[in-house]
Amino acid sequence: MHATAERIQQVFPDAFVKASEWRGDLAIQVSRERLHDVCQYLHDTPDMDFDYIVHVSSVDWPDDPERFEVVYEFYSIRHRRRIRVKARVPEDDCVVDSMTDIWKGADFMEREVFDMMGIRFRNHPNLTRILLPDDFPEGYPLRKDFPLRGKGWRDTFTFIGDKS
Amino acid sequence: MKPIYEDQRESVYHVDPEHPESPALPTLRTEEMMLNMGPQHPSTHGVLKVVLALEGERIVRATPVIGFLHRGVEKLAEDGTYHQFIPHTDRLDYVCAMYNNFAYCRAVEKLVGITVPPRAEYLRTIVAEIQRIIGHQFWLGTQALDIGAMTVFFYAFRDREILLDFFDELCGARLTTSWYRIGGVERDIPSDLLDTLRRFVAYFPPKLDEYVTFLETNRIWLSRTKGVAVISAEEAVNFGLSGPTLRGSGVEYDLRKFEPYAAYDQCEWSVPVGKNGDTYDRYWIRVEEMRQSLSMVRQLLEKIPEGPIMADVPSVTLPPKERVFNDLASMIQQFKLFSTGFQAPPGEIYCGTEAAKGELGFYIVSDGTGKPYRLKIRAPSFIHMGAFDHMARGYMIADVVTIFGTYDIVMGECDR
Repeated sequence: MHATAERIQQVFPDAFVKASEWRGDLAIQVSRERLHDVCQYLHDTPDMDFDYIVHVSSVDWPDDPERFEVVYEFYSIRHRRRIRVKARVPEDDCVVDSMTDIWKGADFMEREVFDMMGIRFRNHPNLTRILLPDDFPEGYPLRKDFPLRGKGWRDTFTFIGDKS
Repeated sequence: MKPIYEDQRESVYHVDPEHPESPALPTLRTEEMMLNMGPQHPSTHGVLKVVLALEGERIVRATPVIGFLHRGVEKLAEDGTYHQFIPHTDRLDYVCAMYNNFAYCRAVEKLVGITVPPRAEYLRTIVAEIQRIIGHQFWLGTQALDIGAMTVFFYAFRDREILLDFFDELCGARLTTSWYRIGGVERDIPSDLLDTLRRFVAYFPPKLDEYVTFLETNRIWLSRTKGVAVISAEEAVNFGLSGPTLRGSGVEYDLRKFEPYAAYDQCEWSVPVGKNGDTYDRYWIRVEEMRQSLSMVRQLLEKIPEGPIMADVPSVTLPPKERVFNDLASMIQQFKLFSTGFQAPPGEIYCGTEAAKGELGFYIVSDGTGKPYRLKIRAPSFIHMGAFDHMARGYMIADVVTIFGTYDIVMGECDR
């Protein structure tokens, strides 16, 4: 296993779920309760030093009991390496701790994940919709049960020249 | 300054609580004013609205309201094959479409595990650097125009036309190019077009010096860029800024150097880095990057190898166009790839590419079918907008357009 993944497993034995390395990308999965601690460790420890936040993303696996996957990707400018940290959350309680206190850039990225996938971030300073309108009525469009055409909201607008 | 009296009628005299002995001074009632800037504002480069909280002309808080150009590109990606998504990437950062194609194709190649032949890598790098020059010319012109220096706009756009005509001849489109393909490029650059590029490489450096003269002898432009939109190196890294916006603060973060791809390790070049982290430093970096790009193009044109322009992986890459209509196997291959796509192995990758605006990354999750299960675009403009509030506080209203300009923001990429 990769040295960084082994370190995480040693330091957080209760939080570590699994690690994988594919096409040169290291990904570790941790429990969502300790996600913030693991990220804090990755940011603060000098020989980790993941000071750069690359992106925050989310994946929907509807058939899994822990339906959503929150994905953080970090980069260490000093050591020139990346890491992907993931946590699974169930649908009825899709909450994880916000990373805005560690990386300020996480603010907009987490808002986008909330907007598109409906995952909530605890302690986020301003968790509101960002790309969609604040009164968007149809839920969260990147979920797999959201149809590509939308749920009909945009068909309710009347256009110029519309006879109906 | 905080509001001193809620109601002016009570008293217009203010006694400083720390120095009660000094004479009371007459004051005016002050309060924060909210100002909507945009979404229909000529300097917002698309449809971007910022809600400014002002005290006088000073910005107390700036809240960007984005999403006016949101088209759900990430959702659309889940409904098409990997090949079908390439034209969508043109419409992200529509000023630098080639680089978006490049970033996406690299990500899919990493997912599938394809090695691109050397000639294709050279062509890709040359065109990508030409695209970077176009992006920086566009930035230089519009940024100076926004803050009142109009002349350089015309000169930059005149020279940009030469390169757009080059794109037109190369792939039939000036802006929405879709020239890159998974595993290579759509068609080879004919030798007369390569000569056009050679002529441009000789033609452009004196013009670039001309742009610099226009701006650096303009006192108004200098005073509106020096010391405006400053961000420290630590803050810039913490916000996840990238590209010239980050390098202006003195962080030498360039994926072309850190994780060399394509033919960037085949030529000599350096990463320009700023000192003060202000708009002027970012301007200087972009001008210097244009010089570096020209040097790269010149070097790569000299030693461009012969060979195929597409990787030969029939299950993934497209057959050469001339064979599609004459050869049954190629036609079947073409039909199969465009109707059902190829099966990517299950897994997930992230692949970042240094576009003109910053790190453009694609995070692709594959479940083994012909369509991406999830495709996330790491758009630099979106992440730069996250730092807007931080960078705008304390400046004047007039500086807001400089701060938009300093990121080289394109809303198509920001809103996706």
